[in-house]
Amino acid sequence: MEKEILFIPSRLTVPTYKKLPENVQPRFLEDEGLYIGARPEVARANQNIMENRLLTQEPGRRWFGDDGRILALPSPIKQFPSRPSVLTQDQSIKAELETVYKKAVKYVHVSKHMTGSVDPPGNFQLDIDISGLIFTHHPCFSREHVLAAKLAQLYDQYLARQQRNKAKFLTDKLQALRNAVQTGLNPEKPHPSLDTTQKTINEYKSEIWQTRKLRDMEQEKDRALLKTIIKVWKEMKSLREFQRFSNTPLKLVLRKEKVDQKADEGAHEAEIQAEISELLEEHTEEYKQKMEEYRTSYQQWKAWKKAQRAKKKKKKQASEEYPEDEIEAASPEEDPVKPTPPEPVDRAVIEQQVRKRAAQSRRRPGEPTLLPELSLAGSVTPNDQCPRAEVSRREDVKRRSVYLKVLFNNKEVSRTVSRQLGADFRVHFGQIFNLQIFNWPESLTLQVYETVGHSGTTLLAEVFLPIPETTIVTGRAPIEEVEFSSNQHVTLDHEGVGSGVPFSFEADGSNQLILMTSGKVSHRVAWAIGENGIPLIPPLSQQNIGFRSALKRADAISSIGTSGLTDMKKLAKWAAESKLDPNDPNNAPLMQLISVATSGESYVPDFFRLEQLQQEFNFVPDEELNRSKRFRLLRLRSQEVPEFRNYKQIPVYDREIMEKVFQDYEKRLQDRNVIETKDHIDTHRAVVAKYLQQVRESVINRFLIAKHHFLLADLVVEEEVPNISKLQQPSRSSRTFSEKRAASPSTHSPTHSADYPLGQVLVRPFVEVSFQRTICHTTTAEGPNPSWNEELELPFRAPNGDYSTASLQSVKDDIFINIFDEVLYDVLEDDRERGSGIHTRIERYWLGCVKIPFSTIYFQARIDGTFKIDIPPVLLGYSKERNMIMERGFDSARSLSEGSYITLFITIEPQLVPGESVREKFDSQEDEKLLQATEKFQAECALKFPNRQCLTTVIDISGKTVFITRYLKPLNPPQELLNVYPNNPQATAELVARYVSLIPFLPDTVSFAGVCDLWSTSDQFLDLLAGDEEEHAVLLCNYFLSLGKKAWLVMGNAIPEGPTAYVLTQEQSHYLIWNPCSGHFYAQFDTFCPLKSVGCLIGPDNIWFNIQEYDSPLRINFDVTKPKLWKSFFSRRLPYPGLCSVQ
Amino acid sequence: MAAANPSVFLLMVNGQVESAQFPEYDDLYCKYCFVYGQDWAPTAGLEEGISQITSKSQDVRQLLVWNFPIDVTFKSTNPYGWPQIVLSVYGLDMFGNDVVRGYGAVHVPFSPGRHKRTIPMFVPESTSKLQKFTSWFMGRRPEYTDPKVVAQGEGREVTRVRSQGFVTLLFNVVTKDMRKLGYDTGPADTQGILGPSLPQGIPR
Repeated sequence: MEKEILFIPSRLTVPTYKKLPENVQPRFLEDEGLYIGARPEVARANQNIMENRLLTQEPGRRWFGDDGRILALPSPIKQFPSRPSVLTQDQSIKAELETVYKKAVKYVHVSKHMTGSVDPPGNFQLDIDISGLIFTHHPCFSREHVLAAKLAQLYDQYLARQQRNKAKFLTDKLQALRNAVQTGLNPEKPHPSLDTTQKTINEYKSEIWQTRKLRDMEQEKDRALLKTIIKVWKEMKSLREFQRFSNTPLKLVLRKEKVDQKADEGAHEAEIQAEISELLEEHTEEYKQKMEEYRTSYQQWKAWKKAQRAKKKKKKQASEEYPEDEIEAASPEEDPVKPTPPEPVDRAVIEQQVRKRAAQSRRRPGEPTLLPELSLAGSVTPNDQCPRAEVSRREDVKRRSVYLKVLFNNKEVSRTVSRQLGADFRVHFGQIFNLQIFNWPESLTLQVYETVGHSGTTLLAEVFLPIPETTIVTGRAPIEEVEFSSNQHVTLDHEGVGSGVPFSFEADGSNQLILMTSGKVSHRVAWAIGENGIPLIPPLSQQNIGFRSALKRADAISSIGTSGLTDMKKLAKWAAESKLDPNDPNNAPLMQLISVATSGESYVPDFFRLEQLQQEFNFVPDEELNRSKRFRLLRLRSQEVPEFRNYKQIPVYDREIMEKVFQDYEKRLQDRNVIETKDHIDTHRAVVAKYLQQVRESVINRFLIAKHHFLLADLVVEEEVPNISKLQQPSRSSRTFSEKRAASPSTHSPTHSADYPLGQVLVRPFVEVSFQRTICHTTTAEGPNPSWNEELELPFRAPNGDYSTASLQSVKDDIFINIFDEVLYDVLEDDRERGSGIHTRIERYWLGCVKIPFSTIYFQARIDGTFKIDIPPVLLGYSKERNMIMERGFDSARSLSEGSYITLFITIEPQLVPGESVREKFDSQEDEKLLQATEKFQAECALKFPNRQCLTTVIDISGKTVFITRYLKPLNPPQELLNVYPNNPQATAELVARYVSLIPFLPDTVSFAGVCDLWSTSDQFLDLLAGDEEEHAVLLCNYFLSLGKKAWLVMGNAIPEGPTAYVLTQEQSHYLIWNPCSGHFYAQFDTFCPLKSVGCLIGPDNIWFNIQEYDSPLRINFDVTKPKLWKSFFSRRLPYPGLCSVQ
Repeated sequence: MAAANPSVFLLMVNGQVESAQFPEYDDLYCKYCFVYGQDWAPTAGLEEGISQITSKSQDVRQLLVWNFPIDVTFKSTNPYGWPQIVLSVYGLDMFGNDVVRGYGAVHVPFSPGRHKRTIPMFVPESTSKLQKFTSWFMGRRPEYTDPKVVAQGEGREVTRVRSQGFVTLLFNVVTKDMRKLGYDTGPADTQGILGPSLPQGIPR
């Protein structure tokens, strides 16, 4: 029953014929040379089951290939695992957890001459052992050093010659050859053929002749060398005597080796005899040959003579008329000269020659052999016994140090330590550098650098090291010396001979020498051996395989450099040798390359293309991109150019874009360097305005960049971990349901206004508010203390309709609140008509105005307070009413601030979210500890009173963070001001305040809104002749300090400026608050003081943060010595470090 | 506007926020809004909306069905900044505080026709265990300052999120004049009416 339902495929192998169509032989593609990828491994049993199942269930046979196997893609499994293997049960965990140190392995990326992507990435190591450096000439060499170097060089040469001992070798060879000739001539020995023997002997003889010549030359050289060594040594000795000190410990000892006089003489004589006999033989041979030649030529000559004579006879018989014919006929014909017989060999002459030569090139018999030995046994004269020039030379040498840079493929990979130059001009490094390399080494260079004292380093020379053969591995490489020389010209003012400049050993300056700085580096370069004994050498073929991945196009050849192409033949050969499967897709690029290379049609451009496929991917050609107005607009917008940052709906067609869109932008670009003098009073101001504009632009650009750096707090609203003491009421801030977009109408509502101490009884004031070209006005109220209590609404439109923070911050509009007096004139001229109608004319007299920048409202969210109205100095027809003041009961404080005031309340509806200030950290030159302390201080202050302004660091005009107290320092006010009221300090102070307030005010808070405020020093401020509250306040404070007042900078909120800086001075009994921009001053208890809150006080040496309950100047105590009321920045824990002023 | 030579193309989207799967939560509502580039402007319809609170269905699917309609028309000159719909789901936690349950965003489908989209939702994570506890305790989970953050890539690297739940949306998209302006989004024959396209991954 079960068997009927279930189908269990058999595990047996299916015969091939079942899987193929009938009468079809299986066909094996691989045998036919087609590429077949490796099949994934499947267990035989599973394969059988599958085949059986397929045969039964899907009889279509389309599952099987021509070879009768199931169709399969090549195995996608990598050859080597890319993930460490999973823990197996058998291994103990401990063993698995054992940490093994592995050197950091760089990721192999595709590059020139690199390990092929197919091979498992290997790392190869080149060991460079730099053992030392010897200068063979150096500018600091003294004359003795030059000689010593020469001597050492000669001695080295001598030693090398001695080691090879060519003369001895040649002598032996000569001996052997002579013996061979002797034996060859020995007639007792049987000879296979006489002919060959003769030939060999002749060969031998010529060889003997050559060898003897060589030996003589070598011996002569040896002798000359020895002579030179001795000569140099003598020179050196005389030099040492002459200068009465020695610099080098070099000492040459000539060891005489006694020889047996007789034996030596015998040998010498035998040698000479042998030579003589050989020469004699040669000469005899030569003579014989010449004799032969002579004979033949003589025969010829005789024959010719005979013939001549016979002719003559004939001629004589023919005609006697030509007596001179004999002579005449002989001359035109070639007249063989009668050959002279060669001179016979003279033994005595030869012997003389040989002996002479022997005397020249060979040691005289019986003369002892001289063996020079160079030792460092000599003593160097100590410094105190040397003349000045020499001492200074030695000092100079001591100041010099040398180091080497190792350059691999022209990249610096490492450098040796800097070693002092020794007195013997040798530097020992003894450093081994292990270069882990990926690229095939192309060049290996050492650069010799010299440092003199603390001055800069100079590159003396470059030494090119050969790349070691692959057979040279560490341990087997010999130490090699590579010479280098430099072409630098050095002249020194001491004993040092310099380099590249002529000098002489002679007193008269003749026989000049020019030596260049030169030396030798002893080094050893070898391939390292890996842990398992395998040398870490990149395989030779790698140079070729490396191209593979890079070669996708023929043009790509250029991208890997033409150096690869030179090996193209080799590459093809290698490919043929290694029997690459041409159909394997892995090899396709290589095969293509080879086919291109071998066909000889490879297109090798002579340029290097950086992004080779860029052109294909370009959207449109560059010209079109530049021509099209639409693309230009799009690009400018994405670059966040201010004019286009918020450009909406860029039209589809170029024709729809007006030219004038770009006009402003282009004008601005043009004007960047042109100073416009029209808008400004004088050129200086124009220059300053331009300068500030540029500073502003750069700051804004930095701000825009900073805007793209996000912090978690910018994206995610998250509650702070609450303090246990104070659980804050949660306030929903994030669920703004896009109020901004709906926020077109905005409300400015001057609710009530008071205080008109303008004495005209019939004053009928009204208020007119204008903002963004909208004008609203209140109804007219009666009397000098009117109260309107009216709400005015003025719409607000953000520029370009963009309500983003950045855009709102750049709104520069002001709200103008003008107060007018409405006067009715009766214009009826005829009193009779008075009964029937009223005919009046309304006139408005401007009384004053208040200007409030929009940015203040935006940052403050709401403005509520009493503002002083700017009224003209003289209001014709109006007078102030003194008694009113008294009646209203304001005390003396009031009298200090005469004026008219308006009380108003302004807000925006719906609320706009003010942008937070930038948190970009500007770099600073302050002490790191101080900066940390400022951060801590600010954090502590912000925790207690988040609304109070606490300022510890500010940004100066160059964009650096500066500690604020550095700005305060007593500065002398101009002498003219002090001379006006010499006896009245209060009047002087007022005059100074007026002086400061007259410096033009240039707000930077509007343009830098929310970005940062730049503080210029008083000097810069006076130079620029423009600044805002801080600059004014700092200058005023500094002047007050120099007047001997106790003065502080007050950071707080004022109306209408918002966060601002005032100056506080301590008089005898009271405090005065100075507005630096207007020059006005207020007593502490003045109700109409515009300063509404005090955040912190800043003195020249400390900062005090207000930790009193209230911050209104009316209600606080300004005694900064009370730590309960004022938290000071520098205290006993952190004493004032004595910061120098930036002023 | 001359029909032969249009200077803008129109994209009309209607559809609905159909349902959501939040196995852990109940009584949720959702808000949607559109985020689009500078070259886009809504011409008709509402670009944001807030749905009713819905409870889980009683069956095994435990679906939260809102069926909250979307109907908005945009005009644009540039496909750059193609509108995305940003969804944020809120609900009450066990203390009765209104907390966020998920944010998600998806582009309005490019091709005309009927499209069904299922968006995985996620919420920002607390930065520490302590904050996680306090935020849970006080009902003040971390939220994005602006839900539109999820439609932009900038600044996301500073946040960590946890995914929870899915919201299924249905869009019916009609475009006008796209082809005349050279933008080809739909299949070869725009004449042919596309049948209801099936969500990918489910076999026929």
